[in-house]
Amino acid sequence: MAEKSLMKGNEALAEAALRAGCKCFFGYPITPQTEISAYLSKRMPKVGGTFLQAESEVAAINMVYGCASSGIRCMTSSSSPGISLKTEGISYIAGADLPCVVINVQRGGPGLGGIQPSQADYWQVTHALGHGDFHALVFAPASVQEMVDTVTKAFDLADEFRMPAVILADGLLGQMMEPVQFDDAEIVLSDASKKPWAANGHQNKRKHNIINSLYLQPDQLEDKVAERFKRYEKVKAEHSEAVADYCDDADTVVVAYGSTARLAKSAVEAARKEGMKVGIIRPVTLWPFPVKQIQKACENAKNVLVVEMSMGQMIDDVKLAINCSKPVEFYGRTGGVIPKPAEILAKIKEMGGKN
Amino acid sequence: METAKFIVITGHYGCGKTNFAVNAALDIAKTGEKVTVVDLDIVNPYFRTADFKELLNSVGAELTVPMYANSNLDIPALDFDLIGLKKREGRIIIDVGGDDEGSKALGRFLPVLQGDSVMLYVVNKYRYLTSTPEEALELMREIEYASGLKCSGIINNSNLGEETNAETVRNSLKYAEELSRTAGIPVAATCCKAEYANGLPAAYPVKVYVKKPWEE
Repeated sequence: MAEKSLMKGNEALAEAALRAGCKCFFGYPITPQTEISAYLSKRMPKVGGTFLQAESEVAAINMVYGCASSGIRCMTSSSSPGISLKTEGISYIAGADLPCVVINVQRGGPGLGGIQPSQADYWQVTHALGHGDFHALVFAPASVQEMVDTVTKAFDLADEFRMPAVILADGLLGQMMEPVQFDDAEIVLSDASKKPWAANGHQNKRKHNIINSLYLQPDQLEDKVAERFKRYEKVKAEHSEAVADYCDDADTVVVAYGSTARLAKSAVEAARKEGMKVGIIRPVTLWPFPVKQIQKACENAKNVLVVEMSMGQMIDDVKLAINCSKPVEFYGRTGGVIPKPAEILAKIKEMGGKN
Repeated sequence: METAKFIVITGHYGCGKTNFAVNAALDIAKTGEKVTVVDLDIVNPYFRTADFKELLNSVGAELTVPMYANSNLDIPALDFDLIGLKKREGRIIIDVGGDDEGSKALGRFLPVLQGDSVMLYVVNKYRYLTSTPEEALELMREIEYASGLKCSGIINNSNLGEETNAETVRNSLKYAEELSRTAGIPVAATCCKAEYANGLPAAYPVKVYVKKPWEE
């Protein structure tokens, strides 16, 4: 392994994309994710890739649509308001069964909102990342190293299941610095060799490959969507992920993802030190949602606490995961305010007396 | 340390300028000398000197920040003038934004700074783009060009964040010496936790003030 280095989350995401073979990046600047673009603008030309700053987010995602059609690994990144602009394009990409990676370094919303960290795009990314019947893979890493490892996984699964993958970070993860390690493997940018469906020139050796999301007959479209949903079932069965700590004997189980999981874990550990039986489960994939893992983690709990940097969005999925079998409470801050471990601890204590 | 009125702190993004600036300000304040920290970062929206107002004020150090720092207005507006600050008693530490981009903000203040300032160049061997003495020197020249000032000392702040240990610091000494030789300026300080300071050249014991919200 190479020597460790200290990287900002955004830089690490960018370098990891190169190492995953991402050949083309299309972006448009927005705080707090601009370092991804800035980094790739310097690095891409040196390794034979393409960095392109588009005229808008809408243009950038449609460049991804075109590039992905040719079978080449490509990526775009933005922050909340920019992701909203990209949703039409993401829907087309899903409708054309194309793989790509989209990074959302979330900031406060709605509207122009703010530039401080937030997790208020949970509903959007898991339930409505564009119009139509479709899903995207959604990963929620919680450290800079995990962001690095997630990028490769996101590209691999996007290719395998021919669907868009989103890495859902937030301003805190994007801006903070942590030690990271990359493996020594040489950077090999992707080509379309393993993608027989790619529209990259038939050379008179095969039939045309046509990339399209328009179906003239309703029953054809229905068949296509149904086929896609069969694939989703496979993804759900094989690729949901969560990390549980201290849950076996926990009276209260905290559910939190991304940077909020780091804050919540620090509160959980403080509670344990005071002798309280508290555990934490961190969804690593938000779609597919780790339903079974959450059921198991909450099996012996009296109550459940969901912590998010929003007014409470994932909480609905947690309630569904455990079939509302026990009380699920919420603590969150929004608008770019980061919940303090002490605030979370106070909420845990408040719940300690209930069952 | 130096005797100039203004201590200008520059370096690559994320090399630890802010943590060094806060440490230096606290140490100067401890000696009884007046000190003001100026947050001149026009690049970074998070993790900046503006976060340390209470800490600095608690030891009598002043903090001057752009009016929009840490707000949701993401614009590089500098609504103050160093000429006014120059009249203030004591030292003035200027925490500049990363790279040559961040250093451009100094240009406007050049007439005030020239002749009464030292510019320190903070480096971290473990940061990408400055991990070799050659890269670090190249960036130093870019910063000098953008700011119109010359660096007069190197602050070796090599660290791996929370994973920093004595070896991390020791393994950076050669790098800093080589940069010092090629740049023709001394290593003014080797920053490290007090417990690692023993036997290090120009050791400067620092505390880690720039923390993540779950470390507080």
